[in-house]
Amino acid sequence: MTDTTTWAETDVGALQRQADRRHRWGRIGLYSGATLFAFLAAFPFSWALISMFKQSNDLYVKENNPFWFNEAPTLEHLRLLFLETNYLTFIRNTVLVGLAVTAITLAISLPAAYALARLRLRWGERMGIAIFLVYLIPPTLLFIPMTRVITSLGLQESLLSLILVYPTITIPISSWLLMGFFKGIPMDIEEQAMVDGHSRMGAIARVVLPLMFPGIIAVVVFAFTLSSHEFIYALAFNKSSAVKTIATGVPTELVRGDVFFWQSLQGAVIMIAVPIALLFNAFLDRFISGFTMGAVKG
Amino acid sequence: MTSTTTRPPRYLGDNPRFLAGLFMSPAVIYIIALVGFPFVLAIIYAFTDISTGNPDLEFVGWATFRRVLADPVFRGALWNTFLFAVLANVLVVILATALAEILIRDFKGKWLVRFLVLLPWVAPVSLATITWLWTLDSIFSPIDWVLRQVGVITENVYWLGRPGTAMTSVIAVQAWRIVPLAAVIVLAGLIAIPKDINDAVAVDGAGFWRKMFQVTIPLLAPIIAVAVLFGVILTISDMSVVYVLTRGGPTNSTQVLSTWAFIKGIEGGALAQGAAVALFLLPVLIGITAVVLRLARRREVL
Repeated sequence: MTDTTTWAETDVGALQRQADRRHRWGRIGLYSGATLFAFLAAFPFSWALISMFKQSNDLYVKENNPFWFNEAPTLEHLRLLFLETNYLTFIRNTVLVGLAVTAITLAISLPAAYALARLRLRWGERMGIAIFLVYLIPPTLLFIPMTRVITSLGLQESLLSLILVYPTITIPISSWLLMGFFKGIPMDIEEQAMVDGHSRMGAIARVVLPLMFPGIIAVVVFAFTLSSHEFIYALAFNKSSAVKTIATGVPTELVRGDVFFWQSLQGAVIMIAVPIALLFNAFLDRFISGFTMGAVKG
Repeated sequence: MTSTTTRPPRYLGDNPRFLAGLFMSPAVIYIIALVGFPFVLAIIYAFTDISTGNPDLEFVGWATFRRVLADPVFRGALWNTFLFAVLANVLVVILATALAEILIRDFKGKWLVRFLVLLPWVAPVSLATITWLWTLDSIFSPIDWVLRQVGVITENVYWLGRPGTAMTSVIAVQAWRIVPLAAVIVLAGLIAIPKDINDAVAVDGAGFWRKMFQVTIPLLAPIIAVAVLFGVILTISDMSVVYVLTRGGPTNSTQVLSTWAFIKGIEGGALAQGAAVALFLLPVLIGITAVVLRLARRREVL
């Protein structure tokens, strides 16, 4: 009896020490890995962040330490960016297009996702896969005929061209995400509301949509971000600076001939990238759950 | 109490068939009009000689394809597209799996690490690429400054000015940008692995590497396939990284199908040739579609 206890205790002790050793090395590996990834991902942005505050006679000296302010930092380049370039116009255009695209995306993909998730259509599953496949057709394949379509509709050089075309990118992925969120809401809740005397539409509006709020927020963030990222259509449709978005305006307008306004350019990037990254960081868990919920067999 | 199931629908909206039609038709109409129609048009264009100067649809058979294929720049672009997609995605798979393994664990400062790691993906592509354009600057690159201080180089590398380093740069920036997305996809897969499997592995006393290669990676294979799928589509179809960094240069050495289609079709006005160039992406996309359909049929992922 005593023997077995001692035997068991030593064994547990050894195992414990082995586990501790593994644990310690695991923690070291974890922290160094996390640091390395953070460094690699953020390196060009940190260089941009320093550059945007540097005076030109500091930045454009080849031997100066690029990671240090050899001259006092300045806000001059941000002033130039906001007051003497079309940066604010680009931001306004991006927001307008983003809002309109998000509204159209929700109006079209919410009903479609509901039908695919709930109505047990004969073609439901195939339809769902077909919508996912549309997502796989990239703008690269379509932008040349699309440019002709936009021109023949008389929409070139306007934000309407982007508002009309961007939902082709956002609707498939949004429908897919929302389908997952709809499947996550128990059917009983809706049926109970119908038993209580609501029509199906009433049940959807009063009971289902409020529960869909997290999914709707996810789609809003997603659709808005996708439309602010889009480059190829925006570059092909709109050439005058009054109707450019940040994605096309910043790379084309803050360069005059061969002269790059490097500090203002980097400032323009940081002012956009940081807020979007903060937003995404806040919603990351929701996206992951949305992605996996879309995988729920149904 | 009357039975609710046998009661006829009181509202039109209660009829599932009517509701399905009502709910599905906007999406279907939108997609047919603005994806289906341009897609068909893209194929038609490739068999004409339409240009911005001559917008009539005159069919010329395979002549446009022959002209496109005869161009050495196009053949280079075709090869580069393949090379970029393969190399960038090998990098993406390795790095994204490692990153996901880190992000699924708890550690101090995780919030900050997540924020920094997401930056390359959530910033608009063209803007994120501008930070690299500046980081790889021919004169003021901070990388070159460090290398000069350490004594590895005496003259600047001129990253984007020479074919070899320009290709390496473009591939690395593409991978840099896609890793966060791929990591999030793999992370979703890791979260979905049932906890009892991890417990069983811990009880059996398997170490980190053994668990990684004999349990985690085999279980993750389908979701890694999904990450690769997205990665390939992004690398072959996205033109912003190449366009902003090199515009296909120096001397077309980093030209890919998407930039070449844009330069020919939009900047050069040769719509038919541009459409034909872009159509060379189609076989790859059809292959990817086949993979997706297979996965969907097995219902393991999606």
